[in-house]
Amino acid sequence: MDKRIDENTVKRLLGPAEPELLCDECFEKLDEYVELELAGAPADDRIPGMRPHLEGCPTCQEDYESLRELVRGDRR
Amino acid sequence: MSPSTASSARASEPGSAQADSREWLNGLRATGPERDAAVGRLHELLLRAARFEVSRRRAALAHVRGEELGDLALQAADDALVAVLAKLDDYRGASRFTTWAYKFALLEAGVRLRRRAWQEREVVLEPDAWPQETDVGGSPQSQAEVGELMEALKGSIASCLTEHQREVLVALALNGVPIDVFAERLNTTRGALYKTLHDARRKLRSDLAKRGFTLDSV
Repeated sequence: MDKRIDENTVKRLLGPAEPELLCDECFEKLDEYVELELAGAPADDRIPGMRPHLEGCPTCQEDYESLRELVRGDRR
Repeated sequence: MSPSTASSARASEPGSAQADSREWLNGLRATGPERDAAVGRLHELLLRAARFEVSRRRAALAHVRGEELGDLALQAADDALVAVLAKLDDYRGASRFTTWAYKFALLEAGVRLRRRAWQEREVVLEPDAWPQETDVGGSPQSQAEVGELMEALKGSIASCLTEHQREVLVALALNGVPIDVFAERLNTTRGALYKTLHDARRKLRSDLAKRGFTLDSV
């Protein structure tokens, strides 16, 4: 493990400051969020709490990135 | 599916995408050969998604044989198929059907691949390797501020959290253990574990604020 303190260490420990969805809610709305984003719609306004959760949960962030890339690839 | 329950993304969805989603649902709700064909197409779709996930994580799994990764993708697609069929009535039309289905395959594949990557790794629960050196890349003053906050944070972790909350925080947020890997080892769910992490973080923020720390930028 990197034994140096940086701001990211503090951020990881404290998590997002804003209200966030939890993992189950994130999974439920992930497909809608990704499509809103790819359509250029204000996804964060339509699904509040998703962005903070993705910042606070690396595993959901990975799932989100995979879904976004897969769907984006389909539409090319 | 009631139009009133369909939400925002659908409004901007082209008509052909909606028709495609309806076709998927009709096929999967049919009987006989029509359903069998739709289920077969769905499995192909899910397998493609699972293989996509394997390819994204290949670098982290360089030590795993390709055949094993192929098996993992197939198992993920099989389980995703069962999940999608069981939850078909939960599909609200908020996205294309294929996008909705993809997430089940990506979840199943992601869980398997993270567990495989951590198969021989120990999960460290104790903060015996707390960061020691400050590296914020800024002025000595900002380094001192982060160092001071980190010291206070250690104190809050020790005094405010339950033993379970401390273990979860250290494993997930400090030692980078994937949440589904840790959930499996504790015989709990990802959702329950994240709730524990979330509650622990709220407690820490509250305690630090009481002690006069301004956390606006964190």
